[in-house]
Amino acid sequence: MTDGTQPPYDFPAYTSTIKRHPKRALIEAPQTLSEVTGPTFASPWYGPNATDLSRVDGREAQGQRIIVAGRVLDEDGRPVRGTLVEVWQANAAGRYHHDGDQHDAPLDPNFIGAGQAVTDDEGRWRFLTIRPGAYPWRNTYNAWRPAHIHFSVFGPSFATRMITQMYFPGDPLLETDPVFHSIPDAAARNRLISAYDPQLSEAEYALGYRWDVILRGRGATPVES
Amino acid sequence: MAIPTSSQTIGPFFRAALERPAWSDLTREGVAGEGVRIEGTVYDGDRTPVPDALLELWQADANGSYTHADGRFRGFGRACTDHDGRFWFRTIVPGPVPGANGAVQAPHANLTIFARGLLKRLVTRIYFGDHAEENVRDPLLASIEDAAVRATLIAPRTEHAGGIPVYTFDVVLQGAGETAFLAI
Repeated sequence: MTDGTQPPYDFPAYTSTIKRHPKRALIEAPQTLSEVTGPTFASPWYGPNATDLSRVDGREAQGQRIIVAGRVLDEDGRPVRGTLVEVWQANAAGRYHHDGDQHDAPLDPNFIGAGQAVTDDEGRWRFLTIRPGAYPWRNTYNAWRPAHIHFSVFGPSFATRMITQMYFPGDPLLETDPVFHSIPDAAARNRLISAYDPQLSEAEYALGYRWDVILRGRGATPVES
Repeated sequence: MAIPTSSQTIGPFFRAALERPAWSDLTREGVAGEGVRIEGTVYDGDRTPVPDALLELWQADANGSYTHADGRFRGFGRACTDHDGRFWFRTIVPGPVPGANGAVQAPHANLTIFARGLLKRLVTRIYFGDHAEENVRDPLLASIEDAAVRATLIAPRTEHAGGIPVYTFDVVLQGAGETAFLAI
């Protein structure tokens, strides 16, 4: 996938890549059973769905309530059913529930910012949360990450496993964010931006944002005999 | 054809959602096969340990099957590195797995690495050092001409009196001893 729709490993504007990108070319490995199989989520061994991030023990988090929903699809537009989607995000003030986040912004005891859902038969998932704040990071002086929600998605095989970030429309920080701009292809980059969806909004309750995840196909599928 | 969604880094703050300590032990519900431990350290290009990586293992069962029909051993594990960049899995050595064109692949576990500073995941394989004869015949290992690069995929086995055998597999993201990473 060198068509510019995926980021490179080496992207110095995101300074953490400098010492963490491999320098040798990747070794081309043909797809075998090892790559076209993957963990399944048919039984709830991974724990129950947790799709309401907007409160802890019934106490509401600070911030603008939002509903974020979409589908996981494959390259042919078919729904990816029964796959695990895990999400995490900063609170409304731009701080993560994480020991390593030293940003001097308030923690919210009613917001952990972690959720999970298994897609339904149409590949759908849906979370109720609050809009994450932007947060400063030390990549360069006075750098701020645009508001985003992290998404971890499995798909049907080891080969389809991926992690990405969903952004919000109209965020001025997207213009300069090196993580976002690590994706060379502008159209691909912009597909990480969710769309405000009035159909998804709930009156006098929460704003709706829609966003789909497209996973690569299985490729040629070796059969386990 | 729709174009697959672009990858972005896992970032440093994934633990609240993704850290599942129990998942380091693939044998936690019981499994047939010899119990072993795979452990190692993730290093960056300065040989500094990487304390914010997430690793996932995917492997066949002792018979070399990925079907995992028995429902207890799922062949999937996840581990986060600790402050010293270390990770571990408890698992079993998988059986040999069918490869392309009737070839047999040596026993191996497939490994994914996510970390801050990785805009997309890295993929590699862990082969088992005491399976030397099978490793020599493995199609992927055989395709790697440089013996030193090939050796980065083979975890040496250490016996521990009174404990389970340990396979050591360090992940070197960059530079001297850089792990062989795969395009799949």
